[in-house]
Amino acid sequence: MYIAMFGPEASFREDGVQLKWLAPTPLFLEFGAEAGRGANYPGTDRNKNGVGAWALYAHLGDDLGVSNSWRAGASYLRTSSDSREAEFYDINGLPALASFTGDTDTWLADFVWKWAPDGNPKYQNFKFQSEYFWRKDKGSLNCSGLGSACDPLAAGDTVGGDYNTNQRGWYAQGVFQFTPNWRAGLRYDQLDSGVQDLGANAANLVVEDYKPKRATAMVDYSWSEYSRMRLQYAQDKSMFGITDNQWIVQYIMSLGAHGAHKF
Amino acid sequence: MIKLLMTILLAAASVPALAALQVFATVPEWGALAREIGGDKVSVFTATTGLQDPHRIEARPSLLAQARRADLVVATGADLEAGWLPLVVRDSGNANIQPGRPGYFEAARYVTMLDVPAVLDRSRGDIHAAGNPHIQLDPRNLFRIGEALAARLGELDPPNAPAYQAGYKAFADKWQAAILRWEKEALPLRGVPVLAHHDSFIYLAHWLGFKTTGTLEPKPGIEPTSGQLSGLVARQQSTPAKMVLRTAYQSDGPSLWIAEKAGIPAVMLPFTVGGTPAAGDLFGLFDDTVQRMLKGLR
Repeated sequence: MYIAMFGPEASFREDGVQLKWLAPTPLFLEFGAEAGRGANYPGTDRNKNGVGAWALYAHLGDDLGVSNSWRAGASYLRTSSDSREAEFYDINGLPALASFTGDTDTWLADFVWKWAPDGNPKYQNFKFQSEYFWRKDKGSLNCSGLGSACDPLAAGDTVGGDYNTNQRGWYAQGVFQFTPNWRAGLRYDQLDSGVQDLGANAANLVVEDYKPKRATAMVDYSWSEYSRMRLQYAQDKSMFGITDNQWIVQYIMSLGAHGAHKF
Repeated sequence: MIKLLMTILLAAASVPALAALQVFATVPEWGALAREIGGDKVSVFTATTGLQDPHRIEARPSLLAQARRADLVVATGADLEAGWLPLVVRDSGNANIQPGRPGYFEAARYVTMLDVPAVLDRSRGDIHAAGNPHIQLDPRNLFRIGEALAARLGELDPPNAPAYQAGYKAFADKWQAAILRWEKEALPLRGVPVLAHHDSFIYLAHWLGFKTTGTLEPKPGIEPTSGQLSGLVARQQSTPAKMVLRTAYQSDGPSLWIAEKAGIPAVMLPFTVGGTPAAGDLFGLFDDTVQRMLKGLR
């Protein structure tokens, strides 16, 4: 999910400034704004000064009785790209290179719900988490590629056109800790390539209309807060026409000072 | 949307400055102590209940919202809340309650710590470098903590400083009398060997003179294992314990198992205010603790 939305690093990293404000209310109400360089996907480095990405977010949260607590949030990220490159296939099945210049709006809604008997998560607890992403690219696309439909004469020609897309993705996961040592969880991810308007390049490039999905189940055993063994099975249909069954065994160990229990 | 947001913000901003000093207590015993001293001059929020393990709390949104409004954080310290309080204090965006400021109070600084480890490493489990943090179960500790807390409340709220001093004096007099009563009642517990789920009761043992001869947890913070439990049962032959203690927030399974195998009573103690219905305040906490242990001895 994060790989699709924010590139191979699977998170949006940013050099910049953040401003955060927590409202003095009994209900948890937090607002934040960020401005930064925006050099990472979905933005790119640009050969000019100024803010390349900015973001706004709001979080809301509270307890429901002693046993339940929740947090919901909405975020908005705007990034600007200059020649963000991607590989496409042309209408003849040959590779072509397309570079996007324009603005990307990413909206994100998130929700976390936690339950523990009497609010004491040590022996049993349950956590549900879900996020929904919505991304809109608006700008122009420049298609190149020697011998491809964009440059049939292999003369270094390019075809420029509008580029507008709407893409979506979401995941939901639940993890139940049923004894102090054992946890089990399920997760489902799905992406939707949505509507893509390639403008003048629609005649040259093929757009795959495919919904990648993945279902994951895991069970893990923790000796203490510092070491954990996990067995995970994933059925990954993120590539068209291929079902990838993955078994993963992990040993996770943390060293150093006791980290904080984040929500 | 913007209009709605502005309405909410304006409503939040126009709430009149709350008259009472806002106290954020990490655990119920400090909330109760702040109420004893501050009376109606303070408004106390307690972050955890007697049924929650104070080591294993998460920085929930509701805790952040309460910390944002607090004038004073009253914590145990000694790393008891290391898993969540630093995060709550940092993310609260409240400059007054940062460590080192008058709005941050740690009770463990005012008492003599027991079980301070000589060697520190993870092979010993989840140990606390500053010593065992369960200091509230020696009631004599509450004099020094209460005196320091009254002074701190007065520092933060100078007009009411005399009221906090008077509140502490009144509490200390009642407390002194109660301690004498509990010590008399608990005389039969002197020298009695007991087992405990976790090292939760060493201050209580230090005060009343009973002996903790073993813990169900093989190492602090590590759940009891069957090997550890059967080892303790086998040891009953040579060094018999008279009862097995646990707190209200610990699971009853391991101590009931030992109790059955060894033929000794399993005794649940409130551990803090609110741990049992009878432990409604600090006086109730020790009344109930002493009564439950005496009942276990019979």
